[in-house]
Parts: sequence; C-alpha cells; structure tokens
Amino acid sequence: MTDPTPRDHLVSALVRDEPRVLTRITSLFGRRGYNIKSLSVGSTEHPGVSRMTFVVTGDRGVVEQAMRQLEKLHDVINIIDHSLEKYVDRELVLVKVAITPESRVEVRQIAEDFRARIVDVGRHALTFEVTGDEGKITAFIEQMRPFGILETMRTGRVALTRGSNADIPTHVYHAGETQALKPAVEGVEPREERARGVPNLF
Amino acid sequence: MTQGEMTGAKALWATLVGHGIHTVFGYPGGAIMPVYDALTFYPEVRHILTRHEQGAVHAAEGWAKATGEIGVCLATSGPGATNLVTGLADAMMDSVPILAITGNVARHLMGTDAFQEADITGITLPITKHNYVVREVEELPRILAEAIRIARSGRPGPVLVDIPKDIQLAPYSGDIPVPHARPEAPAPAPEAIERARELLRNANKPVIIVGGGSLDAAAEITALARAWQIPVITTLMGLGAFPASDPLWLGMPGMHGSVAANRAISEADVLLGIGLRFDDRVTGRVSGFAPNAAIIHVELDAAEIGKIVRTHVPVRGDAAAAARLLSEGAQRRDRPEWHAQLARWQARTQKPDRWGAAYAVQAVTERLRPDDILASDVGQHQMLAAQLARFERPRRWLNSGGLGTMGFGFPAAIGAALAEPGVRSVVIAGDGGFQMTAQELATLKKYDIRNVKICIINNAYLGMVRQWQELFHERRYSEVWLGDSNPDFLKLADAYGVPGYRADSAEHLPGAIDAWLADPKSALLEVVVPHEHGVFPMVPAGAALSEMIEQEPARSIPGNERNPTAEEAKGA
Ligand SMILES: Cc1ncc(C[n+]2csc(CCOP(=O)(O)OP(=O)(O)O)c2C)c(N)n1
Repeated sequence: MTDPTPRDHLVSALVRDEPRVLTRITSLFGRRGYNIKSLSVGSTEHPGVSRMTFVVTGDRGVVEQAMRQLEKLHDVINIIDHSLEKYVDRELVLVKVAITPESRVEVRQIAEDFRARIVDVGRHALTFEVTGDEGKITAFIEQMRPFGILETMRTGRVALTRGSNADIPTHVYHAGETQALKPAVEGVEPREERARGVPNLF
Repeated sequence: MTQGEMTGAKALWATLVGHGIHTVFGYPGGAIMPVYDALTFYPEVRHILTRHEQGAVHAAEGWAKATGEIGVCLATSGPGATNLVTGLADAMMDSVPILAITGNVARHLMGTDAFQEADITGITLPITKHNYVVREVEELPRILAEAIRIARSGRPGPVLVDIPKDIQLAPYSGDIPVPHARPEAPAPAPEAIERARELLRNANKPVIIVGGGSLDAAAEITALARAWQIPVITTLMGLGAFPASDPLWLGMPGMHGSVAANRAISEADVLLGIGLRFDDRVTGRVSGFAPNAAIIHVELDAAEIGKIVRTHVPVRGDAAAAARLLSEGAQRRDRPEWHAQLARWQARTQKPDRWGAAYAVQAVTERLRPDDILASDVGQHQMLAAQLARFERPRRWLNSGGLGTMGFGFPAAIGAALAEPGVRSVVIAGDGGFQMTAQELATLKKYDIRNVKICIINNAYLGMVRQWQELFHERRYSEVWLGDSNPDFLKLADAYGVPGYRADSAEHLPGAIDAWLADPKSALLEVVVPHEHGVFPMVPAGAALSEMIEQEPARSIPGNERNPTAEEAKGA
C-alpha cells in the first residue's frame, strides 16, 4: 500500500554526461511541482556517466511518479530508489559558529565529540567541516545553535547502495552510440539494468 | 558542391533515405540552405513546401497519424524553428512520432544572439521526447538515426535535431547508419494478466475503455471485447480502435461523450483501460470517475499508470500483447441486466434532426467510406464529428486531442492525403480555425493534390468559446464574433484554384455535398449554419461524468443589456 505521509526520499540517477541534462531534469521536476530538497551531481568511474543524488519530499505516490517521469528521459540510464535497499549516505557541511572568549573551549569540545574539523579560525568565529549522515549533521547544528550560527553551507546528500554490486548497467547510450562499459573492478559484475517498470502490487 | 563530395547535409539525406523516409515537409531559410542545396542531389526525396512551418509540422503529423510511420519536417533557424513549436507540443501530447530538423547558425555564432538565432533546443525541451544539438559532423548521421529510433519506440513522440550551418557544410567521411531495430515492447507480467482475468470473470458491469495508445491493437481489442462480450468505449484519440458498427460500442466518454459511455463508466464495477492516459476531458472530476470500479490499466508508459486514477491492476506493456493474452482466458458470460441497461442508455442518443452544425456534420460523416480519412480542426465541429462519425478502423481519424490546436485539421489532412493518394482526406473545420492555416490552400495548388475535401462549418463565431460564454458567463459574448470579418471562403478557395460549394439549408445540403465530393479536384464546401447552437451532451468542467447535461438547455438567460449580443453587433 502506498504511504500517504510526506517524507524525504533519497534517489540517485545515473545520467549521460551531456549538455542540458541538468536542465532537463530540473525542468521536469519544476513543471510537475516536485520540490528538490537537495541535489548533488558528480562524475562516476565511467567516462560519460554522471551520478545525481536527490532528496525529494512527498508521499510515496508523488515520489514514484517523479521517478517514472525521470526514467522516461533519454539521458537517464538508471534510477536507484535508496529506500528499497540498504545504503550509505553522507553530506558535507561547513558551519561558521560565533565564539566568545568564554564559549571558545566549549564549542571546540563539542566539535571534537562530533569529529568536526576546524577549517578556519577567526577572532569571533570558527568554521567547522562535518561529514556524516543527515542525523549527525542535524545534531551538530542543534548543538551549535545556542552559540550563534553565522552561516552554513551543505553540499546535499550523496548515497551508494551497500554491498559489492554496481548500479551502472553494462551498456549505456552515449552520443548516438551504444557503449559497452567495463566493470570498474574486475570480477565484480555490474548488475543488470533494474527491471524498469511498475511493481505489480495488488 | 559537386555530386561526389559527402557533406553533413548530404549525409542527412542519405540517412533519411536509408531509413525509408521519402517525403518531408518544410520551409527553407538561411541557416538550412546547405540541406536544401543537398536535396537537389536526392531526387528520390519529395519535399513539400508548405506556406508556414506550422503547416509543415501538422502535415508531418497527419502523415504519421494516418500511416503510423514517422513524419518529418524541416525548418530554418530562429523564426522558422519557433514556428514549429505549436506542432511539436501537439505531437508530444498526442504521442505522434515526428522528426523535426532545424538549421542553426554556425557553431562559432551560437550563443552570441546572432541573426536569426534562437535556442530552439532550450525552447522545445519540455515539448519534445528528446532533442539534440549536433556538435560534430561525425555525429550527425548517428544522431539522426537515434532520433528516429527514439521518436518511434515505446510511446512515440517528437524529436528535434538542431544542426549548425557549418556542420551541414562540413565534409563527412563516415558511414551512413542503418535503421535501428525497433525495440520490443515489454511483455505484460503474467500475474497482472491473471489478476485482470479474474476481475473480468467476476465482473457484473464491466466496460473496456480504449485510447490513442491502442490504435495498433485494434484487431486484438476487438477480439477481446467480443470474446468476453464486454462493451467498449473509445476516447477521442481511440476512435476507430473498435468498429462503430459493433453493437458493443458505446461511443466516446468525457466532456462531450455519449450518454451510454458516461453512464456506463459511472456504473461499472470493472473498468479495463487500454492505452489511455485518463485526460481530464475524459474523466471529468476525478473523484467522481468510475466510483464503483476496480480499474485495470494496460499502458506502455509506466509514468501514466496511477498518475490520475487509482489503479487496482497495473499491466505495463504492449496493448496488442496484453489484449491477446486477456482474450485467451476469455469466459463469455451473459449479463442480461447490464446489457439491457446499456441499451436503454444507447437509445438516448439523439440523431440531429434540426438544421444546424450537428445536422451538417452528420450529413457529411454519413457519406464517408470506411477507408476515408477524417481530419478535424478544434472546436464544436470537432466534438460533433467525434460524436457522429462512425469509424470502422483505426488511423482514419486525425485530430488534435491533447493540445486542442486550432489550425491543425487542414494541414494534417494534406499530410494524410499525400501519404495515401488513393484515399479521400476529408477535413471538418470551423470558420475560426480554418483561418489559422488557410494559406495551405497554396500547398494543394502547388502539388496539385486532388484528394483533400475541406468542409467549413461556418457559424460566424468562435463557436466553442461562445458556447462556454453562453453557459458559464451569462451570455456575455466577448471577442468571439467573426461574422463581420470572415472572408468569402469560396472566393478565397477560388483565389488558389480550389473549387468551392456552399449550402445554407437542409434542402441544399445533399446536393452541395454530392457536387463537392464528386469534384475531381480537392474542393471546399462551406456550410452556413445558425449562429448559436451548442454541442451536447456536455459535462461541465469540474463536474463528474454522472452530472452530464444531456440536451441543449432552453435559452433562459436574457441578453445582457450593456454588452450587445452578436445579433446586435452584426446589425451595427
Ligand atoms: C490555437 C488555439 N487558439 C485558441 C483556442 C481556443 N479555442 C478552442 S475552440 C475555439 C473556437 C473555435 O472556433 P471555430 O474554429 O469557428 O470552430 P467552432 O467551435 O465554431 O466549430 C477556440 C478559440 C485553441 N483551441 N487553439
């Protein structure tokens, strides 16, 4: 049964690395009124293939519809809904916290507990770099809030499924041609393209 | 350019010819001149020069809708390319396979706001299935081949390829690609088919509703419906996917659907939808759509399943394959009460007996032979044609369903007429919409096309808008009167060498139709009808199908004194 409560969904898309791909995807989201809460894009181990990770907020139905619309785009090679499997995810944030001579030690102590690194030291502020899952980052920000957060910048989440299989199918279309992709690690077979389509839920 | 040298432009034609494409519709201009120059080396290609790029793209659509094959159109950069936009959006909405080729300024000028530059791939991003800018000449033929494959495969649609001028001129030394095999549609999941069969077996009030995605599965769907003895409704886009002469046919659903179709949907306990997307003009208010039915949805495009209506049994796959599988387990069951009820509703269909647009459309469509193509423009006459024409086979009905594009009908009929020169291609248009692409009369003249029969239903109004103003805006007729400025349509046709006929009464109509159809050339028939007739039945926008207004209401709303009615405006 579909879950009607809106929540965050973590989705990755493998896309052909070509001009306008990002526009195509964001305009599709925009036109249909799906809000992207976070988005990270980067290249993969395969030339010509990029990976995007989105956080989309909505009920299960909204997110499924968004994914099916995405799958129709010719630039999209594969979509991975991370909620269907175990995954690791990370986000990096930079947090600039106000300090006073009195609070300085305490702020540093909290940062140490979170394994946050200091990346910039000012007379009235410290800037921390924190990586982790969403929970850890939120907790860190909450701990720092009473001291005065001057600025934050989050990269958006990135995610990979756990285990040794790879999400990139063995063949992708690129610039008018089918390219066979070599597995990144010999002996580990890229998994077959996930059966695209509607799960026949009764 | 000599015969021997291969260039990007020549490679373009060689690729199209290699894909069996021999007719293209287009309009030249600076940024696509090398392609037009190269055309002179390919006498096996027939280029049809329309009078407007919109005419070219609609003609390509008409070609594609009638044949099921890809339609191709060409335009220059900037204004030529932007004139394609409406037709591309139309093709996108109605899933028509179109290859649009546009020239662009040379690569080094792209992005500089050069003369006649427009970012056509940016503009058409949301209204094409995919689009390309060709960046290297080596890629051009392969991109074209891929574009053709994308346009035709899965749920078809328009694909645009934008080619900078320097690439058209560049020497090309690679191969000419051969056509891609059409990828197989996914086979429906056996569990889904089994579950659908079970629902159909136990149904007391089943109906089948088929849309434009089922046109190539007409034979299988007909066999399925007959094997199970389940009544069939065809949407505006699905007309012809089931023979109208079969007693199981209930007509069209939706805003101007038949009483039988709309009541059957509202009462059904199982609704099998095949190749349709539950457009809001079909469903009416969604919460009131098929309120008692378990819905089985057979559809190739997974994104359409569950998009609008809740689906109990999703069947993703090819319509023909699914219909064949569903017929296999058919169990004919008598449902005398359901069929008796349907027959009572069917009896409520009114035959137009009063002189007017409906009467005229009925008289014209009665004369159609099963092979004749009927293209319609958009408006009241379109809904009347959809209600009254009796299609026995698919791909004989061309109309703009999803986008509702005025100006579509006439050029689409030209495209179909060129695809099937032995067939009569009849257009029904309003006096408003015809004038949006009337200049394509020149195309008839230029190529001496003889099998296009144009019928203009002239009510001197933008009739459909007037009907809404009458019903929902207390008859404040705002900017819909054409009677003061319409041309003499017969003189207009005559100016292009097209013979014209006119009828303005029930007595004159049969004779005029006979003369019009018997004319050895393409010809125009103007039927002058009363100004203020409406199309009924009608489901008001936002209402449920069960809230249908069956008959034209008696005129109870007095004319608004401050705004002159049309009759007054005419007198002025
Ligand atoms: C390009 C375009 N512009 C506007 C409309 C809105 N529209 C829908 S029907 C209609 C009136 C059509 O009038 P006419 O062609 O005379 O046909 P009738 O309804 O009278 O049969 C209009 C203006 C449209 N569908 N397409």
